[in-house]
Amino acid sequence: MNATIFFVLLVILAVGGLLLGRRKAVAAAGGDVRQLHSLVAYHGWNMALAAALPGLGVLAIGGFASTFIGLPMAVIFTVGLIAAAAGAGWGWMKIHRDFRARNSVETMVMGLLIVAASVAILTTVGIVFSMLFETGRFFSQYSWTEFFFGTTWAPNFRGDSDLGMLPLLWGTLYISFIALAVAVPIGLFAAIFLSEYATPKVRSIAKPLIEILAGIPTIVYGLFALITVGPLLRDYFAQPMGIGDSASSVMTAGLVMGIMLIPFVSSLSDDIINAVPQSMRDGSLGLGATPSETIRSVIMPAALPGIVGAILLAASRAIGETMIVVLGAGAAARLSLNPFEAMTTVTVKIVSQLTGDTDFASPETLVAFALGITLFVLTLGLNVLALYIVRKYREQYE
Amino acid sequence: MTDAALPTAASGPAAPAKKSLHVLDARTRKRNAAERRFRIYGGCAVGAGVVALILLLISILSSGLPAFQQTFLKAEIQLDAKVLDPAGDRDPAKIAKVLTFSYSPLIKASLTRLAEDLKARGAADVTPQMLADMVSGAANAKLRDYVIANPDQIGETVAFEFLTNARIDQYLKGKVTRESAALDSKVDVAQLDAADALIASGAMEQRFNWDFITAPDASENRPEAAGLGVALLGSLYMMLIVLCLALPIGVAASIYLEEFAKKNFWTDVIEVNISNLAAVPSIVFGILGLAIFINFMHLPNSAPIVGGLVLTLMTLPTIIIATRASLKAVPPSIRDAALGVGASKMQAIFHHVLPLAAPGILTGTIIGLAQALGETAPLLLIGMVAFVRDYPDALPGGLFEPATGLPVQVYNFTQRADPAFVERASGAIIVLLVFLVIMNLVAIVLRRRFERRW
Repeated sequence: MNATIFFVLLVILAVGGLLLGRRKAVAAAGGDVRQLHSLVAYHGWNMALAAALPGLGVLAIGGFASTFIGLPMAVIFTVGLIAAAAGAGWGWMKIHRDFRARNSVETMVMGLLIVAASVAILTTVGIVFSMLFETGRFFSQYSWTEFFFGTTWAPNFRGDSDLGMLPLLWGTLYISFIALAVAVPIGLFAAIFLSEYATPKVRSIAKPLIEILAGIPTIVYGLFALITVGPLLRDYFAQPMGIGDSASSVMTAGLVMGIMLIPFVSSLSDDIINAVPQSMRDGSLGLGATPSETIRSVIMPAALPGIVGAILLAASRAIGETMIVVLGAGAAARLSLNPFEAMTTVTVKIVSQLTGDTDFASPETLVAFALGITLFVLTLGLNVLALYIVRKYREQYE
Repeated sequence: MTDAALPTAASGPAAPAKKSLHVLDARTRKRNAAERRFRIYGGCAVGAGVVALILLLISILSSGLPAFQQTFLKAEIQLDAKVLDPAGDRDPAKIAKVLTFSYSPLIKASLTRLAEDLKARGAADVTPQMLADMVSGAANAKLRDYVIANPDQIGETVAFEFLTNARIDQYLKGKVTRESAALDSKVDVAQLDAADALIASGAMEQRFNWDFITAPDASENRPEAAGLGVALLGSLYMMLIVLCLALPIGVAASIYLEEFAKKNFWTDVIEVNISNLAAVPSIVFGILGLAIFINFMHLPNSAPIVGGLVLTLMTLPTIIIATRASLKAVPPSIRDAALGVGASKMQAIFHHVLPLAAPGILTGTIIGLAQALGETAPLLLIGMVAFVRDYPDALPGGLFEPATGLPVQVYNFTQRADPAFVERASGAIIVLLVFLVIMNLVAIVLRRRFERRW
């Protein structure tokens, strides 16, 4: 039995249940449907769901179990169909004038809703466990002190590699720092201008324009870095100043990533600035302060926690960003201060260790999972911190 | 009275009337200047954002638009029956056995005629070999496909258009100059002269190239033949999966969390989870896909099903957040009214609240899909960077066959040595952006048309 037959039979059972259930319900009421506790449709749905859910449930559980104990799929499909038929039979037997079909259907739908809501939890559990498991295998082959504190990154697929994370972490933080140095002032001033100075007309044009930047896929920014910004920086800054001759550099990736982050900082800060009560502005302006003085000494202090949260969220985006650094930052792992040199990041190395022919037993491949969990923990920490700060701040005014 | 104090102070004999409302004092001037500066900073910041956007678009458009134009060489090909159909019975199976390589002499013969024709018109010495070098390496295969599709044309002479190779194409687009050609082993200056002569004679022309959108990818040294067909199909399959999974799961999860969930530890955990998942770097989802779907569940590498599942997990938080916002926007009076006439809670939600929230849910879904369409990093990890030349089958079997996606194809193009691929990559980005613009416009129109203020 294969998947197609299984699904066809399951659909036949469910649709058949839908129709037969209705018919039997009408018959049970002796033709007068007012006699029934539940509407006729619910009797049909009860039978259909009673058939479909056990079938799909067996398929899901069996599919999961078969990856451990190697059940043949044909067995799972057969058991699933038997369960579905049994469910339909149960639904059929239950149909009676006083059967509370609606309550039964609603219980089953409720179950489906809960299952759907727990997909989010399952995803997180999946992320954490898959990475923890592989990271465990990595640390059984490679010492964790050398991974976290090693200063050379030199993977060698014949073995005997140096897999120190520090150069990657340095590249990540350096690029993120430059990106934030670009995005925070521009984004913050843009938010201030849009919320405090701009006329409604200017705001209605400029705000969507800036937010377009947030909708552009990162691969587009990556290509922009690769074909435009990189060569430009090399030809007009790095080479004339004699400080580097590589188009892919920390500066290239940082600048382009900064552009990507502008709408993040600006729209989050915009919301936060708008949430500062108007009475505080009025009070300050009424005392004779100019609008800029009001912003600097009244609005900013009030909005500061929220803005810090926004910046942290932007930082977490910068650290986890992949395509811009893959195309713009280069692949050489080095610890250097020169922003016009090519450096590499955690995400670039995850990509390069996991693409192509990979052998999932060697530390050179498994290290990607250790890098992944480092990245996950880092960004998760920043997100949680940011959410905490934003929430705490919101409670003050609402 | 405070008002009375001012004139006395100003008109007092000790204080000469230095201050006037008409003359700003130094401090006020300074404060006003600071105000103006501050305002200008703000304006500059907004301007910088807009300028960055414009630069980005100009850069991509200027380098990508030429990819849609391609140079073709027109030649009359004599489809020699002796070569193509030795048996002479026009049996498609036998014609298909003729190797691609056997088509070369036919093309060569036609190019020889073209070269003589050019010489007769007084062009510089053009050798047939030179013309053959100018034609794309994909020409044989294209001619063969044509013959297999039209076996009745064998023995006839047909007008055929071949792609020229990337160097000639780039020369006519102004990217390859005579100086750079002199240093390039793949082209020589004489070929460029010949190309000029061919353009003048009308045998070579630039026109819109549909193959860029429909053809599959081509090998490393044939950038002129590389297309986006497989990538578009792969992206389409993945978007279908995302739509079919993320929309129902997302809506179901939101209904539970927004309407039914009691405030307890578990719902708190789910809430925190969803907001964190929305901010997890996309590459982490790629690691999840690789570890769970490929290494653990043994789904095939580089298949749209895996890509679709990974993108579904990534899109779920976006859809859940949008759906919850639009469920929240439906006023409680609607629910109360439904409950008041005897509907159960489930009926009130499915019959009344959900339809009213549908436009908002759809808008959120489209925006989530647009995000998923542009996502690259997770797809790199699940093997979708592979070089795929065969179109995946129709659904549902095609979900399990290798394919690429549009953004991954862009990455793929950028990793190749030949500079002509830069144009291809930018062209692919333009196709991607066109799709994104359409999706976002649909979302905006939906929102404008159906959004209700209660």
